[in-house]
Amino acid sequence: MIRFVLSRLVLLVVGLAAASALIFFTLRLLTGDVAQVIAGTQGTAEQVAAIRSSLGLDRPLPVQYADWILGLLHGDLGRSIVTGSSVASQLGQKLAVTLPLAGLSLVIGLVVGIPLGVVSAIRHRRPSGTAISVVAQAIAAIPAVWGGMILIAVFAVTLKLLPTQGFPSDGWQDPARALRSILLPALTIGLIEGAVLLRFTRSATLGALNEDYVRTAASKGMTRTQAVVRHGLPNVLLSVVSVLGVQLAALLVGAVLVEQLFALPGVGRMLVSDVGVRDLPKVQGELLALTGLVLILGFVVDLVHRAVDPRLREPGE
Amino acid sequence: MSGVETVEEARTTGRRTRRAPWLAELLRRPAGVAAGAWILVLVVSAVVSSFWTPHDPFEADPASMWQTPSGAHLFGTDGIGRDIFSYVFAASRTTVLVAVSAGLLATVVGVGLSALGSLTARWVRESMAVVIDILIAFPTILIAMLLSSILGGSLFVVVTAVGIGYGVNISRVSRAEIRRVGRTDYVLAARASGVGPAGILGRHILPNVAPVFVVQLSLAMATSILAEAGLSYLGYGASASTASWGRLLNDLQVYIAIHPGSVVWPGLAITLTVLAFNLLGDAIREVSDPRLRTASNRADRRRNHS
Repeated sequence: MIRFVLSRLVLLVVGLAAASALIFFTLRLLTGDVAQVIAGTQGTAEQVAAIRSSLGLDRPLPVQYADWILGLLHGDLGRSIVTGSSVASQLGQKLAVTLPLAGLSLVIGLVVGIPLGVVSAIRHRRPSGTAISVVAQAIAAIPAVWGGMILIAVFAVTLKLLPTQGFPSDGWQDPARALRSILLPALTIGLIEGAVLLRFTRSATLGALNEDYVRTAASKGMTRTQAVVRHGLPNVLLSVVSVLGVQLAALLVGAVLVEQLFALPGVGRMLVSDVGVRDLPKVQGELLALTGLVLILGFVVDLVHRAVDPRLREPGE
Repeated sequence: MSGVETVEEARTTGRRTRRAPWLAELLRRPAGVAAGAWILVLVVSAVVSSFWTPHDPFEADPASMWQTPSGAHLFGTDGIGRDIFSYVFAASRTTVLVAVSAGLLATVVGVGLSALGSLTARWVRESMAVVIDILIAFPTILIAMLLSSILGGSLFVVVTAVGIGYGVNISRVSRAEIRRVGRTDYVLAARASGVGPAGILGRHILPNVAPVFVVQLSLAMATSILAEAGLSYLGYGASASTASWGRLLNDLQVYIAIHPGSVVWPGLAITLTVLAFNLLGDAIREVSDPRLRTASNRADRRRNHS
């Protein structure tokens, strides 16, 4: 296990290094002159030169990259060129919206996807099983923004149960109010991702139905449903864990779109507006934070998967 | 020599007998037929709308704002009096354009990476696998945002981002399958009879892995349509002068409290199209090779919402 953790850790560090290099050099090489981009087409030569020296853009690229990485290691993600504020502190604030949103979406996705996936597999020859599977297929194809608009139209406009948009300005001071604000966005992402998880769970369960251990258990007097739930479910859950890393990434990305739709002050919305004003140092920091989060979550999921799946253990462990 | 001929013969005849029912089988599946029919409608709309739309999709008409659906305006009109049907109809062109170019680019990237991975030395192959695993962690939308922050948003950026993002995914999905085919007896026999790596790749491996690529192409198209809609919604996809379903969703969102009915049409168009490509991908996978089901199940929807 320790060897596995270490090797995965090395891979994580390599991944983070590669991601940072990719973001940094893509931004620099494609831009040509960052200072010119920041100054805009109206910028005079003096303005461009001033920006260049203030951001240290007159130094060689590898030095700039090393400088950025050193800063990162000290928790310094750089400064916004528009507002001058520290990227790290803003990121912390925005994550306080995005992470609960992603977490709640995940819970909704799992609660909806796994039980219904198992049910639709067990009943795959009956109309109810087919119906669940068909509906899931359709929901998985819904674009997040449209799904969110439907939920707004139903729950906010028609039923007036939940707020249409926005987030309390005092953040989580009033947890109930904040939770109400992220409920519809979380439902939007959670139901769509839940539909994807449902289809995955369904096919894993269908596989388990054909396994010898289910047949054996059934021949010893269990019903097929009992046999699948008792012996198949652990295996199904393990394969769901193995795709969870990818699903978490999808969740965070869903947040980019849904935060915009629901006007939530999260990382995604900040990224969208910073790309609009070409606040490159900030975009650089935000992209690294998001991809870093995806890589770290993938790492955690891998460790969990390894820890709970006895088949992956080395002999002698 | 006769032995080689028989193998060659078996290969060609085997292919002939397998190919023909392949399509027929697809047409026997209701999901496959429905998906194919919708995609056909989409392509025809894209062609027809290039020459003719009932109204000018961009023409504002203050006299007919927020009309409900009628004979004159099938889907009604929006807040500046544009005919929603004409706009949705014209936007099918953008969708087809993006799906085809992103799908092709993703396939080229995916096949290219796979070919490199199977032709090169072991250390190149393995370090490439690591790089691919890292690139997979880059969600397509983030690649698009990275490019948009420099180049500004455009359909070109959407296509490039999906092409790279999904191409990497394709090479990852096909890796296991290429490895499996690479270990089969006929590849071994070909290698023993002196066929070079490129020959083996072109004549044996790629044809046998082709169904995986076709399935992935279909799913790549579904992903590109969602990505285009999402990015155009955010304002980083289609420009204001290009009709796009995602853009229309953004335009209509402001009025959702008063005119919720209008957002039905662009949303439905996106959903049906994505659904069609997903169903087509599933149907092709099922009819092409039942063995592939488990191999590609894991990754099939990997990038769908990214």
